[in-house]
Formats: sequence, C-alpha cells, structure tokens
Amino acid sequence: MSASSSSIAGSGQRSIHAWLLLLPALVLLVAFTHWPAVATLIDSFYSTPKGTRAAVWVGVENYQVMAEDPVFWQAVRNNLWFAAATIPASIGLALLMAVWVNERIAGRTFVRMAYFTPTVLPMIAVANIWLFFYTPQYGLLEQVTGALGLPSHNWLGSPSTALGAITLVAVWKEAGFFMIFYLAALQTLNPSLKEAAAIEGASRWYFFRRVQWPLLMPTTLFVLVNAVINAFRLVDHVFILTRGGPDNATTLLLYHLYEVGFKFWDTAYAAAITVVLVVVLSSVALFQFFVLDKKVHYQ
Amino acid sequence: MSRSQAPAVIYRHTWLDTVAAWLLALLWILPLAYAFWTAFHPSDYAIRFDLSAPWTLQNFRKAWDAAPFARYFLNTTLLVALILAAQLLLSTLAAFAFARYQFRGKNIAFALVLVQLMIMPDILLVENYQTMARLGLVDTLFAIGLPYFASAFAIFLLRQTFMGIPKELDEAARVEGASTLQILWRVYVPLARPVYTAFALVSVSFHWNNFLWPLIITNSVESRPLTVGLQVFSSVEQGVDWSTITAATLMTSAPLLIGFILFQRQFVQSFMRAGIK
Amino acid sequence: MQRNMFLKTLAASAAAMLSLGAGLAHAADPLEVPFYYPVAVGGPITKVIDGYASDFNKAHPQYKITPIYAGTYQETIVKALTANKSGKAPATSVLLSTDMFTLIDEDAIVPIDDFAKTDADKAWLKGFYPAFMANSQTGGKTWGVPFQRSTVVMYYNKNAFKEAGLDPNKAPATWKELSEAAKKLTKKDASGNVTQYGIQIPSTGFAYWMLQTLTTPNDVLLANEAGTKVTFDNPKVIEALDYWVNLTKEGVHPKGVIEWGTTPKDFLEKKAAIIVTTTGNLTNIKANAKFDFGVGQIAGNVRKGGSPTGGGNFYIFKKAPKEQQQAAFEFAKWVTAPERAAQWSMDSGYVAVSPAAYDTPILKKYGQDFPQALVARDQLPVSVAEFSTHDNQRVTKVLNDAVQAALNGTKTSAQAMKDAQKEADRILRSYQ
Repeated sequence: MSASSSSIAGSGQRSIHAWLLLLPALVLLVAFTHWPAVATLIDSFYSTPKGTRAAVWVGVENYQVMAEDPVFWQAVRNNLWFAAATIPASIGLALLMAVWVNERIAGRTFVRMAYFTPTVLPMIAVANIWLFFYTPQYGLLEQVTGALGLPSHNWLGSPSTALGAITLVAVWKEAGFFMIFYLAALQTLNPSLKEAAAIEGASRWYFFRRVQWPLLMPTTLFVLVNAVINAFRLVDHVFILTRGGPDNATTLLLYHLYEVGFKFWDTAYAAAITVVLVVVLSSVALFQFFVLDKKVHYQ
Repeated sequence: MSRSQAPAVIYRHTWLDTVAAWLLALLWILPLAYAFWTAFHPSDYAIRFDLSAPWTLQNFRKAWDAAPFARYFLNTTLLVALILAAQLLLSTLAAFAFARYQFRGKNIAFALVLVQLMIMPDILLVENYQTMARLGLVDTLFAIGLPYFASAFAIFLLRQTFMGIPKELDEAARVEGASTLQILWRVYVPLARPVYTAFALVSVSFHWNNFLWPLIITNSVESRPLTVGLQVFSSVEQGVDWSTITAATLMTSAPLLIGFILFQRQFVQSFMRAGIK
Repeated sequence: MQRNMFLKTLAASAAAMLSLGAGLAHAADPLEVPFYYPVAVGGPITKVIDGYASDFNKAHPQYKITPIYAGTYQETIVKALTANKSGKAPATSVLLSTDMFTLIDEDAIVPIDDFAKTDADKAWLKGFYPAFMANSQTGGKTWGVPFQRSTVVMYYNKNAFKEAGLDPNKAPATWKELSEAAKKLTKKDASGNVTQYGIQIPSTGFAYWMLQTLTTPNDVLLANEAGTKVTFDNPKVIEALDYWVNLTKEGVHPKGVIEWGTTPKDFLEKKAAIIVTTTGNLTNIKANAKFDFGVGQIAGNVRKGGSPTGGGNFYIFKKAPKEQQQAAFEFAKWVTAPERAAQWSMDSGYVAVSPAAYDTPILKKYGQDFPQALVARDQLPVSVAEFSTHDNQRVTKVLNDAVQAALNGTKTSAQAMKDAQKEADRILRSYQ
C-alpha cells in the first residue's frame, strides 16, 4: 500500500532519481560506444586529414576503394573462415570438456585446470609459445612430425596452413572458457531426467541428443554469441604469429583495421572498415535478439 | 520402484572417456608446460628436452633486466583495480535504476546498454583514440580504462540479480527510515555478493590480458601495461631468444595463473555464476 | 534530506574517481626531453642508451634526455606519430631512415639544417658516410641524422664450409658461386628431409630489404630519389626475384615465407649454413655461435656487391617546444661524435656512421681483433639507399606481399611484381 501510493505521488522525483543513477554509466556508454559508432560512420564519408590538409567530403569514395581493395576482401574471407572454424570447434570442444569434467573421472581437478588455464593467460603471451611450436625444423610440432617421419612444414609461412594454424591457437584459448558455462548448465540439469531416461532404456547418445542438448540450448546460445564476437575481436595472436602474412593469408578484419588506421594513418578508410565490422556485429546481435531468443527459452 | 534398486551411477563414463579426456588435457597444457621447461632451463636446452639439463633462474633475471617489468606490473595492477572499482560503482547504480524504478525511456536506455554487449569499445578503436586525443588523455592509465568503466555485462548481471531480491526487504528497510542509497548499500549489495565476486574475476582476467586498445593508446613506459610491454619486449628484430621470452611470458601470466591454481574452485564457480541467466 | 545524501554521495564518488584517475595520469616534466627509440638488435641496448642519455645529461645539466623504449621500428613510428597527432610529440625519435617521406608528409619533422648554424656544426653534418645520407636528404634539405645504420651481410658457417669442401675464408662473391655453394652445403638425412639448408633469406618483416640485396647486384633501383615512382616491373627486378624463388625450388633454401626473427637462431642451430640478414645481428651471433663463422659482403651479379643501407636516423619533431628541439639537436650531435659512434658500433653491431669513427683507436683495434665487424662498412662504397617512398608503410607492404606471394608460389615473380607495380602506382598517384 505504501509503495504504490508513494510511487504515484513521487513518480516525478523517482524518475529523476532513476536517471541520476543511470547517468554516469550511460554517459560513458554513449561517449565510448554509441557516439563513436555514429562518428565513425560520418568520418567514413570524408577523406583522411593529412598534415596540413583538412578532411573533405568524398561521399562513398572510401567504400568504393574498399570494394576494389583485394586485401579487404581477403580480410573478410579470412575472418569468415576463421569464424566458421573457431565457433563450432570451440563450442563443440567446450561441450565435450564439460561433459567429461562433469562426470567423476579420475584426476578431474587436473583435467579441469588443464582445460581452463588457457583462458587466464594473456593471448599475447601464449602466442609467443605457439610461435615456437610452429617454428620450422626445430619447433615442437616439427620435432613431433619429424619423429613420425613426416616431412618438415612451414606452418605459419605458407598460405595454405597459416590461417589454420592461428585458428588452432584461438580454439585452444577459447574452449576452456566456454566449458565453464556448459558445466554450470549441466549441473543445473535435473538428475531425475537421467534416471527416467535410463529406466526407459535410452542409449547415452539418445539421452544427449534428445534431452541434454535441447536443455542446454540457452547456454549454447549465450556461448554462440560470445564465440561470434570473439571471432571478430580476437586478433592479439596475429601480432606475434604472422603479422597478417604470409601475403595477407592471416589478415583478419580488426587487424586490417589496425594496420590501415594506425600504420598507414588512413583514418577515413579505417572508419569505413569499422563501419563494416559494426554492421556485421549488429546483425548478429539483432539476429540473436529477434530470432533466436524467442525460439529458445522454455520457461 | 525402490530407490535402493535404481542404478547407483547411470550412464557411467567409460575408460575410453577417461583416456580421451586426459589426452586432451595433456595436449591443452602442453604450451604452458613447454613455457615452464624453457623458462627454467638455459637457452641451449630450449629445443632439446634433455631431462638432466640444469635448472636456472637466469632467464627470469635477464627478462626482468631487459624491460621495466616492475613498472608494467604496477601499471597493470592499478589499471585493473581502477577499472574494477569504476565498473562496480557505475553498474550497481545503473542496475538498481533498471531493477527498481519505472520511468519513461527505460526500455530505450536498456537497449542502449545492451548494444555494448556486442559492439565493444575495441572495435571502435579509431574514433575512441581520437576522443582521447581531444581530451588530452592519450598515454595515461585513465585513458586505457575509461571506455570500459561502464560495463554492459555488469549492468545486465546485476539487474538480473537485483530483480530477484524480494521487495519486502526494501520496504522493511524503508520503514526503518533508510534512504534509497542506504537501502542499496545495506540490502542489495550484500545479497548480490556472489555475483560481484564472479564479475570481479571476469573483469580482472579480461583487463589484465587486454592488448589491442592499450597498445594504441599508450606510448611510454609510465602507462604501458604488461601485455603491451611483453609484445614490445618480444618483438626485437634480432633473433628471438625463446628462453628469455618464455620467462617474461610466465612472469606476466604468473599472478593470474597462481591465483587460479590456488583458488581453482572459486574461480570456476564464479565464472559459472556469471554465465547463469 | 534523502536527496542531499544521495547527491553528496554521488558527487563524492565521482570526485574520488576523477582524482584517482588524474593522479595516475602521465605528468609531463617541463625539463624533460622525450626521446623515443627502437631496439632492433639484441643485447642490453636499453641499458646502453640509458647510459648515453645519463652521460649527456651530466655534461649538459640544463637538459634531461629521457629515453623511451618503443619497440620495433614499426612500433616506434606508430607511437611517434600517435603522440604527434595527439599533440604530445616527442622532441626526437630514432626512426627508420625510410620513414622520412612519411614524416615530411605528416608535417611532423623539421630539417636538421635549421639547427646546424656554426661552421663546426656544418662540418659535422658533412662528416657522415654518403651512403647513409642518401636516405636522409631530399629536396635539398637534410631531415635526419644517421645513428644506428646498417647494411645487409651474409653470415656463413665456416665449419659447414670446410665440411662441404669450400674455402672457409672466402664467402661466395657472385650469384653463381652462391648457388653452387648452397648446393654443396645442403645436407639431408636418411629419409630425404633437409637437416641443413645451404642458404636462408628471411621474408617476413623486411622482405623488400632482402629483395634489394638481389636487385642491387642486378643493377636496378626500386624507387626514385624523390620517392614518387617505383620500378617493380622492371625485368631486372623480376629476374632478381626469380633467382630467390629458384633457390627454394632447387631445395637449397627453405620453402615458404621465412620468419625474420628466428633466422639468426636457425643459423646458430646449424639449420642454415648461410643467412642473409642485418649486420645488427653480429653481436648476438658472435656471442652465441658455437662454431667459427664468417661475414661476407652481399654477392654480386651484374654489379659487384650491393647491399641496401638500413637502420635509423634521429629526427627532430616540429610540434615539440623549441627548447626541446634544440636539446635534441645537441644530443644527436653529441652521440654521433666519432668516439661515441665508435663505442655504439661496438656495443650494438651497427656500422659506425662516419669515417672519423673508424679512425678512432678503439674501433681500429676492434677491427683488427674482429675483422668481421668491418665487412658491413667495406660494402658502403657500393651500397644504395634503402627503399623508401611517400606513404612508405603502404607501398612497402605491397612490395612485401608481392615477394611473399612469389616465394609461396601463389603468383609467378612476373605477375607478383606487375600487380605490385599497379597497386603502388595507384597509391603514389597523388604525390606525383
């Protein structure tokens, strides 16, 4: 009784309170997310200011240059391949790891630690270790393949394997992180479901496919969105392993953005590339919000 | 159906599971294991796995001398603390507003917050860099942290948590004459403690390891965090000395790694809580 | 009542946050002269540079040169330009000599001539090796002061030479000799896998520079002096690139793109008998080689020898306060004086920047004890400028990509160079 009357009487005051509470966070969000997104869009229609020359309106010229730039399209292709490989691989492995860790196998703590450790290490640090793994002739991978009698291979130096090599590093880094979310979800599953299925005589695979997997859908969705964002955000290892090479075989969109914006100082073109990235991520967000969210939740 | 007759363990894992899980675990830990090997042995043994090789701390000494890691450690610690403090403060206030207030434009405001979940400040490098330049903040710790102070993730989590706290507790406190902020501090915050811990661990891990934005926004040693320092250190154009670099790598990862190993269970549980929706 | 508490708390926390942030902000000391420098060679270079700075500061107490280690050359120019654009330019920075055009276009630097007013100054400026000045002057003005300069040399494993029946005191001097030596030096194990390659030329990071070690002996330059035109599709250039590609096809050179950073280690691990890389690696190789090694000039072809020069110059930044600029000039003068240039050459492995430095007693003795150190200098008469144009980073990347494409076999040398020419022309159009 008291709550409703005070809220009606003081709703104006409460509104102000609410906005005041919200203000600091909202100001910063707008300043560093929303406004830059809009400003980037605007900047992409101007030329790059250079030395004493100011920026001039050039319309869609930056986009035209982009459309004709083979390196940009290479970056798009690379990123799509990278996403297509890392997303299912890391999610699949994460699920597998979670299932294993959830069961009481011997040495469970060690196994869980091994799976999760890559997550707490800085990517830039582990990339150095992976650089050694991939070094031709005496790198660790080479020593293993050499012991097996296989020929030497320049993993990071040939366009056919370089992208795969950095994909592996990304999957290694991410799977453990996603595993935790699956682990949490698995532990909230009602154990009586298992009993019921066992009594019905269902096989383990059937139990997984028809019971566990659908119930894990919300988690899978959450993990999927994270994986997609990371597929476009994770470029730290490129700095150490390949620097975008060989011949742009491992140039990812964000890395290309960095090169154009901070090595070539072509800020207008970099803005155009940013717009592309933002559009891609927004589409995924909208897709998640409007399509998947509606379909997935049970309760 | 008596309970004692139900199978004690249903769908038990097989030995195949165990072997496979272990194999994967060993593969997964291999890079770190290699780093340990190389960092603690002289550089001659970097690629030779001779078990009788002598142990040494020399690589750590070399790495420590070669770059101002002490300063980098200080910078990173301050940075992570600053970001966490700001995030906790701002997101608590904002989440409380979303959870307990009705006001015009609430949904729009919330939608704006959600945008940041997808479009992180990292993507908007170029523009954010120019903003910092205009504010005169380039090459400061503050500039590294500022874009992250408002965390959509934290707001989201806390709002969820706050909404689940029974309103009766509110009213009880209000009857005792508590102000809004006092209610927030005395009722909501303590009840959300697990979520705060979870978020803190996520935030610290993320920002300790963050690289690209700090790379661009810092120039000098005074503001450079560990990740940038490590990359600057390991990109010497002369031959890479694996031993020194892995020593440096272990040094920079050590705090999080040690923290994780010691508090493994809490760590895992925190991350799990952060994901539960 | 409630509202006041509320607002006070809000204000207090905001203030606390701001002061915490401001307290951590990087404060500039007016007496300081910030100096960015890269480290491109191994060894305790940061300590050496710090030592020079503190010696200079002692001799000139009104200045406080503050060395700031900024990473590789590429990272250093990113940082210097970043700082410049945000209004906090350093007073001086050591940057690649090839960055000259970029820096001029960004209106970031001032000519050194503006500071060299006395006769002594002018004599000092004229005292550098002409080969090093080639990348430091344009439009009749001098924009950079040579500091850590290098040429490319061939390091060769004398023991491997002996084993292969080659004269360990004679490095291959022509392409023909090089190919033959490489064939003899390539060792395979029982299953046919190569355990030691005859020759290794790295192709990440500085592929264009390595290409120059082949185009220069083939008597062709890659860019004009004004930095506005490139000649990638010249048949002599394609021929030089083909020579490199053929080495990989013949199996005497590792396949694919070879990492710059691991090449010295490959040499030390005896995975390659001859490597082509900067003289800056000399100190590292000398310290760590467990075998006798030699240093040879770049092999000639049509033209005798011919390495490009490389390395970094001092630049003075326009946006720095005038007093800082003057201090930077004094520092550059002081640190390139013959005795110090000689010391720096020994500490780092770079070539000393002036003939006068080689006449100093310490460098004379060093050269006698360790003649390998003189090879890079002996090449200077036949050396050419390092590849440099306007919008240098972009054009260089185009060239690097083309070289990598040819080495990977994804394009023929001719096709790669033609595509690169087209792209470079497009980039340079607005500068012509």
